[in-house]
Amino acid sequence: MGKEAFKDGLRSGLPISLGYFAVSFSLGILMRNAGLDPLQGLVMSLLNNTSAGEASAVSIIAEGGSTWEIALSQLVINMRYFLMSAALCPHLSPSLSLPRRALIGFDVTDEVFAVLVSAPRPLDERYAYGVATVTIPGWAAGTVLGIVFGNLLPEGIVNALSLALYGMFIAVVIPPAEKDHRILAVVISSMALSLAMAAVPALAGLGSGTKTIVLTLITASLAALIWPVEEEA
Amino acid sequence: MSVYVQILVMALVTYAVRVIPLTIFRRPVKSRFIRSFLYYVPYATLSVMTFPAILQAGEGWLVGLIAFMAAIITALIKGSLPLVALVTCLTAYLSALVF
Repeated sequence: MGKEAFKDGLRSGLPISLGYFAVSFSLGILMRNAGLDPLQGLVMSLLNNTSAGEASAVSIIAEGGSTWEIALSQLVINMRYFLMSAALCPHLSPSLSLPRRALIGFDVTDEVFAVLVSAPRPLDERYAYGVATVTIPGWAAGTVLGIVFGNLLPEGIVNALSLALYGMFIAVVIPPAEKDHRILAVVISSMALSLAMAAVPALAGLGSGTKTIVLTLITASLAALIWPVEEEA
Repeated sequence: MSVYVQILVMALVTYAVRVIPLTIFRRPVKSRFIRSFLYYVPYATLSVMTFPAILQAGEGWLVGLIAFMAAIITALIKGSLPLVALVTCLTAYLSALVF
């Protein structure tokens, strides 16, 4: 092990990093449309590492929403990381110190979680650092370039690129929905309620963050009540 | 400056969610409801955020709707993420030229 574990981490992280670059580039386009500058985008992506969370925060900022709305939206949207970290915890050596655990926790994302839990147990901390070392800059660089190119490219191309992140969200949601009718029901009802809320004048004024929070809580808890998920969700 | 405050607040919330189970609260999530709820959260969130926002983002709802349908069809045929994103953008760009 030793230095090898760090290198292995870099190797596992590289494909993730390339994927992140593409996603955060399109996130950067949305940031640019929301009026954020490259430095703000850089800081946001370096500190947060979360596509849906950041996309939601960007639209709240664009609408002039409150800091409370941002905090609450991050809590709801990113709560799934709680489950991932809880699942990752038994993979760490019990003797691993608190600061090092805190370091590993910084980069728990959907994709990073997947590679960390498939590594041999107990997880070599250096493997996690290797993955983080290559994925965090990929995410941050894509964001900055998205904002910069959003400012340089012609408006028609920027408008088309501004749909890329939605395309990626669709790519995340649709294949599992095709295989699992419970997920399909969640997807369809979430979209339908989201459309309904946009169409009802009394509700249309609600911020996008509030809407995401409320509808996520409603549809995800209804699905959990109707179709509880057994072990290994 | 206030944007940086908002970025800091969101970072603190997100970090807390990630780090608490690794440090302070080191027990598995036992509640089946909570586990199930968190299992469905990403699908609900991404769906709410995508639709109808995709209709309002680019050059009008018709362009958005065409791109939306193209994305779903591509995801059904071949689920790869970059390809779906590419098709979404291309469809939006081309249909914006027409409509």
